[in-house]
Amino acid sequence: MAGLSLDLIALQLFAGLALGAIYVLFAIGLSLIFGMLTVVNFAHGAFYMVGAYAGLYILMLGGNFWICLLAVPLAVGLFGMLVERFLIRRLYGRGIDYPLLLTFGLSYVMVELVRLAFGKTGYPFDTPDLLQGAVNIGVGYFPLYRLFVIGATAAVLLGLWLFLEKTSFGLIIRAGARDPQIVRVLGVDISNVWLIVFGIGTAIAGFAGLLAAPLQGVIPEMGSTILAEAFVVTVVGGMGSIGGAVLAGLLVGIVVSMSSLFAPEMAKVSIFALMAIVLIVRPQGFFGRAGLMS
Amino acid sequence: MRSEVSKSRSISRRRLLATVGAGAVTAASPFRINLVKAEEANIKIGFPVPLTGPYGTEAQDQVRAAQLAVAQFNEAGGLNGRKAELVVRDDKLNPGEAATRTLELVEKEKVNFVVGSLSAAVQLAINNVTKERGIIFNSISQSDAINEAADFSRFTFHEALNPHMTSGAVGRYAFSKFGKRVAFLTADYAYGHEMVRGFLEVGKAFNIENLGDIRHPLGTTDFSTLLPRILALKPDILCISNFGRDQQIALRQATDFGIKKTTQIIAPLLSHASRVAAGPQAFEGVIGGCSFYWGIEDKFASTKAFNDAFRKMYDGKLPTDYGALGYGGVRTVLSAVKNAGSVDTDKVITALEALKYDYYKGPQYYRKCDHQSVQSVLVIRSKSKDQRNESDVFEVISTEEPDEAHLRSCAELGHKA
Repeated sequence: MAGLSLDLIALQLFAGLALGAIYVLFAIGLSLIFGMLTVVNFAHGAFYMVGAYAGLYILMLGGNFWICLLAVPLAVGLFGMLVERFLIRRLYGRGIDYPLLLTFGLSYVMVELVRLAFGKTGYPFDTPDLLQGAVNIGVGYFPLYRLFVIGATAAVLLGLWLFLEKTSFGLIIRAGARDPQIVRVLGVDISNVWLIVFGIGTAIAGFAGLLAAPLQGVIPEMGSTILAEAFVVTVVGGMGSIGGAVLAGLLVGIVVSMSSLFAPEMAKVSIFALMAIVLIVRPQGFFGRAGLMS
Repeated sequence: MRSEVSKSRSISRRRLLATVGAGAVTAASPFRINLVKAEEANIKIGFPVPLTGPYGTEAQDQVRAAQLAVAQFNEAGGLNGRKAELVVRDDKLNPGEAATRTLELVEKEKVNFVVGSLSAAVQLAINNVTKERGIIFNSISQSDAINEAADFSRFTFHEALNPHMTSGAVGRYAFSKFGKRVAFLTADYAYGHEMVRGFLEVGKAFNIENLGDIRHPLGTTDFSTLLPRILALKPDILCISNFGRDQQIALRQATDFGIKKTTQIIAPLLSHASRVAAGPQAFEGVIGGCSFYWGIEDKFASTKAFNDAFRKMYDGKLPTDYGALGYGGVRTVLSAVKNAGSVDTDKVITALEALKYDYYKGPQYYRKCDHQSVQSVLVIRSKSKDQRNESDVFEVISTEEPDEAHLRSCAELGHKA
């Protein structure tokens, strides 16, 4: 097909970054929870979906998108903390497959409950008025809302980094991830730390779901597609590494985008091809610690 | 020793639980209920449709309207008092699953007929099973292949439009009005391929320029990486041949990218359920085809009657395009049963072939050689203003009357005269 200009390639790269931003936002929560709690959260997609429905519900009650941006992560995070406190907490120290099975089952329950409450068919979720339309970014037109998503992702990353690196609570979290026993000996209630980490992880998932809603509408099954892609991102980035998730998320976005340009039929497969190559060369992923899964 | 004992006990308890559980499931399953009903020798219509997955919304409409056809048949006394019954199965939009479910419907449920499907590929899988078993199958989703001699059998009927008819009607309308430079965005499976082939065929008469066909896998949730390339092609017309949730997301994201400012978007089929699920913003101004729109009730008494009956059964809701197909597919079969006075396959085939019907959208009949329902095609445009009710989402801007000239000829399909 003709028309392969430099502008198009630049725009395509940009589209890849924007797509990558959504992967990053979804995967950092997953990675955070795994890195700190060694819980493979299979319900992450369901929390993402719940975030979108929570936003929808707030809109139905007469709220607006800007209220959702604050209220949705709070509500989903709170829900996540309840799940950690009453379900996942009982399974610590029993090996990695127990919480995995629990969250896997939980995701089914959550999807089914949403189906009961909101019905099986999807809902439209309009882009907020302020962010509608496309703007010229120099190499072509790009939807304003997607630019906003990139910005929101950057803000979440910055906030998370500041929290983990610059606050004393962040220090405790990092210490707890490295050696929970020593932290406990030093008199810190580690279970509260884990509670909050799980809450933050799920809050980010809910936030990602809310941001995705204007892009694709809202449907109970919306979490399952992105979950598969997000696991690729976390595996490529290294299980548990937030920096790895960021790098891998953007890389996956760009790989999808560039393969869409030259061989659109291959776009979906290209993600998994990338994962296979990375796993052959570097089994623990970009920044993963070897042996974390064992 | 003690641990040995308690271990064996726990196993036997588990086994007990499993047995009780399985028993409870069997007792509660629809299968058992159907077994009980079978004693009254109901006329059973198997109805495999993709209740879950990207076409779920449309499939649920098909079931609702099909239930109406069954209810009407039963209220009118059935076949000399013999009632009809719909046996719904979820084919999960998967040909393998559909074949298994259909086989189950035939073997276990002993259905008399099969009506259903909502995918070009899935209906062929169902058709393979039914034609081998000698069961009548009335397909209610689009396919060109099902008309062709290789897939057709005398047990195969096709109530839905086919891609050739649909893309023909939409293409004749759009190519004469909006320009010649056409780009395609297509779901990468039989439905998409057949639609594009239809558009290119009708496009020959209008000398359209094919700028390229970009294909995406079924179930795509992000089109942002495909759209910059389409924008760069600067087409007059962008033809998006996909369906269900794919269509909703593609139109929404194409709108976000500002494609509508310079390009007319057309779709072979605009699904009513998708338009409602995606909202007015995404579909605004998009032109496409459909087999049925409730708004033609001003034109046809049959449409009015169908709408009213549907409203009555479903709290004032109006039927959708795919719902209407579910209704038509079941009602034609049951009418043929009544006309034949029997559920005997050969007699019902003869009755179906003889049927000249107007049940919901104006006159229709099954063409003899390929059992394709010859019918009108509506060209519609999505609207976002002046809606009279929540179902008032399209306006009919052109109608292609039923005409065999718009079908591929019997010889072309490989049927002997």
